[in-house]
Amino acid sequence: MTSTKGAIGQPLTRIEDPPLVTGRGRFVADINFPHQLHMRIVRSAHAHARILSISTQAALALPGVYAVWTAADIAEIGPIDFREGKIEKLEPYRQPVLAIDMLRYVGEPVAAIFASDAYIAEDAADLVEVHVESLPVIIAADAPTGEFAPGLSTEAAIVAQGFGDVAEAFANAHAIVELDLSVGRHSGVPLETRGAIGRYDTARDVLELHGAAKVPHKNRESLARVFGRGTTGLHLFEAHVGGGFGIRGEIYPEDILVLAAALRFERAVKWIEDRREHLIAANHSRQQRHKIRAAVDEKGTLLAIENEFWHDQGAYPRTHALRVAETTCGILPGPYHLGAYKATGHYRLTNKTPAATYRAPGRYETNFVRERLLDAIAVRLGISRIDVRRQNLIRKEEMPYARPLCVLEDDVSYDSGDYAGLLDKSLAAIGWDELQDELTARRAKGELVGVGLALFVEKSGLGPSDGAHVRVDTTGAIEVITGGASVGQGFETVMAQVCAEALGTDYKRIRVIHGRTDRIEYGIGAHASRATVMTANAVHAAALLVREKALTLAGELMQCEPALLDIVEGNVVRRDNGAGPSISLGQIAHHLRPASPTRRGHAPGLASDGWFETAHQTYPYGNQIAQVSLDRETGAVKIERYVIAYDIGRAINPLLVRGQILGGFVQGLGGALYEEFLYDANGEPLSVTFADYLIPTLAEVPDVHVIIAEDAPSTRNPLGIKGAGESGIAAVGAAIASAIEDALGVPGVITSIPVTPQRLKRILKDNRL
Amino acid sequence: MKASAFIYHRPETIDEAVRLLGEVAPDDGRVIAGGQSLVPIMAFRMARPPHLIDINRIAGLDRLDTQDGWLRIGARVRHAAFHEGAIAGPTGALLAHVMRHIAHHPIRTRGTFCGSLAHADPASEWCATAAALDGVLVAQSTQGTREIAVRDYFEAVMTTALRPDEILVEARLPLLPAGTLTGFCEFSRRSGDFAIAMVLVTLRIEEGRIVAPRFTIGGAEAFPRRLAEVEALLTGAAPDMATWRVAGDLAASLLDPLEDSITSGEYRRDLVRALAPRAFQQACA
Ligand SMILES: Cc1cc2nc3c(=O)[nH]c(=O)nc-3n(C[C@H](O)[C@H](O)[C@H](O)COP(=O)(O)OP(=O)(O)OC[C@H]3O[C@@H](n4cnc5c(N)ncnc54)[C@H](O)[C@@H]3O)c2cc1C
Repeated sequence: MTSTKGAIGQPLTRIEDPPLVTGRGRFVADINFPHQLHMRIVRSAHAHARILSISTQAALALPGVYAVWTAADIAEIGPIDFREGKIEKLEPYRQPVLAIDMLRYVGEPVAAIFASDAYIAEDAADLVEVHVESLPVIIAADAPTGEFAPGLSTEAAIVAQGFGDVAEAFANAHAIVELDLSVGRHSGVPLETRGAIGRYDTARDVLELHGAAKVPHKNRESLARVFGRGTTGLHLFEAHVGGGFGIRGEIYPEDILVLAAALRFERAVKWIEDRREHLIAANHSRQQRHKIRAAVDEKGTLLAIENEFWHDQGAYPRTHALRVAETTCGILPGPYHLGAYKATGHYRLTNKTPAATYRAPGRYETNFVRERLLDAIAVRLGISRIDVRRQNLIRKEEMPYARPLCVLEDDVSYDSGDYAGLLDKSLAAIGWDELQDELTARRAKGELVGVGLALFVEKSGLGPSDGAHVRVDTTGAIEVITGGASVGQGFETVMAQVCAEALGTDYKRIRVIHGRTDRIEYGIGAHASRATVMTANAVHAAALLVREKALTLAGELMQCEPALLDIVEGNVVRRDNGAGPSISLGQIAHHLRPASPTRRGHAPGLASDGWFETAHQTYPYGNQIAQVSLDRETGAVKIERYVIAYDIGRAINPLLVRGQILGGFVQGLGGALYEEFLYDANGEPLSVTFADYLIPTLAEVPDVHVIIAEDAPSTRNPLGIKGAGESGIAAVGAAIASAIEDALGVPGVITSIPVTPQRLKRILKDNRL
Repeated sequence: MKASAFIYHRPETIDEAVRLLGEVAPDDGRVIAGGQSLVPIMAFRMARPPHLIDINRIAGLDRLDTQDGWLRIGARVRHAAFHEGAIAGPTGALLAHVMRHIAHHPIRTRGTFCGSLAHADPASEWCATAAALDGVLVAQSTQGTREIAVRDYFEAVMTTALRPDEILVEARLPLLPAGTLTGFCEFSRRSGDFAIAMVLVTLRIEEGRIVAPRFTIGGAEAFPRRLAEVEALLTGAAPDMATWRVAGDLAASLLDPLEDSITSGEYRRDLVRALAPRAFQQACA
């Protein structure tokens, strides 16, 4: 197909790094406009209350304060919509941009201050008085439901999926294994907090939002609806983004406020979130309780699973609506055969920060739940944890494997995979069999040591389509224009590599555009591990078309068949005579100028759009193995060894894949042992600083042995790519829980994460260990 | 997270500093030393001092020396100063070891020993050290200079005998006799976090028996203290695991633990029980 080999598949360093590592990065807080105002949000101090009055006079009287808004000032702006369209039954639960009459969580925006600097804005915010009548709070999703508003239950929805005859399977089961499992509330906490700058260009009548991330094009559509503008008069701009993880870049109240204020005041309005705000205002995630039971035969074959869960959504649905709960239903069976299945999810509102997607949404939770269940089945039937998994695994020959379930409105159909083969690789890497002996010997000396494993299937590359534009200018410089987004994952490097491979050029000479709605009409952004699958394939298609055009013209000029030509380091040469005559891509672009006399009838410009379309997602997969030792006196957990094996289909850049896996692992470790948003009985958040919300630091992170496999390329795109973004995090809670339980030697005692030292100490004491 | 407005003073002499502090203390004007506790609190607006008196320009407050068997630590001495054992002998070794548990390196290059004592966080390692060694604090105000024994200094969580108009100009620690063994252990969720509990021990062993033991707990109660009952039990006992365990159990039972919605008193007891033998083992290693 192409002859300049090497760009794809190589561990190349990132082209986006030089500005970032030399202090030249430009994050949203670095962006300023003349005469800008600074916005500060007055947030609810109450978890649940009725607003009696809000007095803003004192704040308004403060010199430097330009305006103070409450809900009444933006009555024309409705509540925040769902990203993927209307969902009738959830409409009444949507969050208003500023609280109307009711406060439903600590941190809810109540008023907005606009002032000449950020200090004055914060001083003024302190002067706003909110008088309320407190109401009883609901803190847990499994507590009795209450009323969200008259006639509206806090159980905003029930999600359900399933197939097969579950009742019959349970009736005929050899054994029924039942667990009650919980995943704690935690979330992606990027180092860079959110930020938004609204700007209205009065001369051109264009409204701009700076500080966009994740899904600029989708958000432009939503925001255009909010402001009743055409999308051509509204543009979003991404700066450098210091981490996204799914929670950053959705539309939040603050984004709408800066735009509304910029329009009304005709001045730029800047808002930079502080850390305390971030921890109570940006999306939380993960909190679910599952009552799960499995029907198995005497060999441990999964006949049926019944999965009832309570999803703690927090105070309002967010832009994702039901997605995490839906994914929880659809993805839970993972890599295993399953005869029958019934999932019922209670989507419940509580008086806590609203929740949404966080890296591997629905998978971190269900991998924990399902793999705990498999461990319990193994114990119950007296078979090994490996065997129970192995015999239930979907086999390589059965691919593609469809299941009558649905994830992200896409029917589940695993494209390719050799789950057992990859399991063998990691068992060999950790030396599973010898390890059992070693652990037995250490236990005999009194140590609490154990090993655990978890298998998982990821999903990635949700379609249906994405496009890109590749153009070469007359100097030979190449620009790849995408509607993608970079949240720090190496997007530019990957797109450049794919383009370089197709065009036969140096990837470092390629400029990659992303996160700008003014440069391209469409774009999928960066979420759900889809950028490399969708956008890279589109870039590849576009680059191949550019290549074809270049070779066609070069063939005419060099009087030879295009098939005899190749592009090497940006020059078109004859395959049979690389040292002979050549013509550079820049020269070809010169011939193709609109006014060029040598254009030879070709359409102007050395450029092309390219599209990639797909009917289904692709399903990468992996497994993780943890070896831990426990401090029986303090309850501390030490990770001694960790293996992550992941089949990516085709690694465009193994260095970046590794980075994704390790970064994800660290976050997964947080959810397994450290990170938790806690609340007291009154709904007061307790984890509002980095001293209370504990992200693992380098000192807490063990070495991880990463195995990147390419055994099962995706059959759903020409490059065979599967996504990488969520693999490292997906099964960390599951694997570590399994290892801790193995170390304890008491089946069924690890039923929730995070396993904090205090909780583990309690378990140790309860079990007299 | 922007501090409320304040007026910043940077006096060059201690006299000027105490005069200024005398004037602004009634309005909650405060000293700023390393700023590693005060600045975060101001950013959260949990403190809104209208005046800050920066003592970092005052000559002489960077004193760190020994005199008549005492180590004198001036108000500008940073945690990091103890990194390589600021002084010889067991006291220097203990301070160097303890310091490695305080926060992270950048914080240690700014935060001060005296600032830690003034702030009196229950989990301050320096507070525990000063309590363990029976230090003396020197406080100065326009009314003169007075000495406060650390034994009489702590009153409650972050509450001490230091008056708002006083500057803690110096902390003094009596040097441990040669041959003193020291051990310090703490437990925190992550490396560098404030500890949930800590135990500091010093002792000598003469003829196979424990002599002059000091047993101090920190982080687990409102403020650090020596436990006389444990020391009595240790005195004359054999320095072995059985003794350490009994000491740990007794300490745990004597504890009046801090309790909050995240950490239970029971867990703090468990930790003191766990840490005590480890501190002793370290001392005797
Ligand atoms: C991330 C982080 C982690 C930390 N971890 C730890 C830890 O593990 N252990 C620990 O002990 N500390 C820890 N600290 C706190 C740090 O050690 C502080 O430096 C110390 O507690 C206070 O010293 P300072 O010089 O910075 O005081 P400042 O912050 O300047 O002042 C603190 C208070 O003391 C008063 N004050 C300061 N000096 C004097 C003086 N000479 N006379 C009178 N009043 C004075 C101030 O007015 C203020 O009220 C941590 C800090 C951070 C930011």
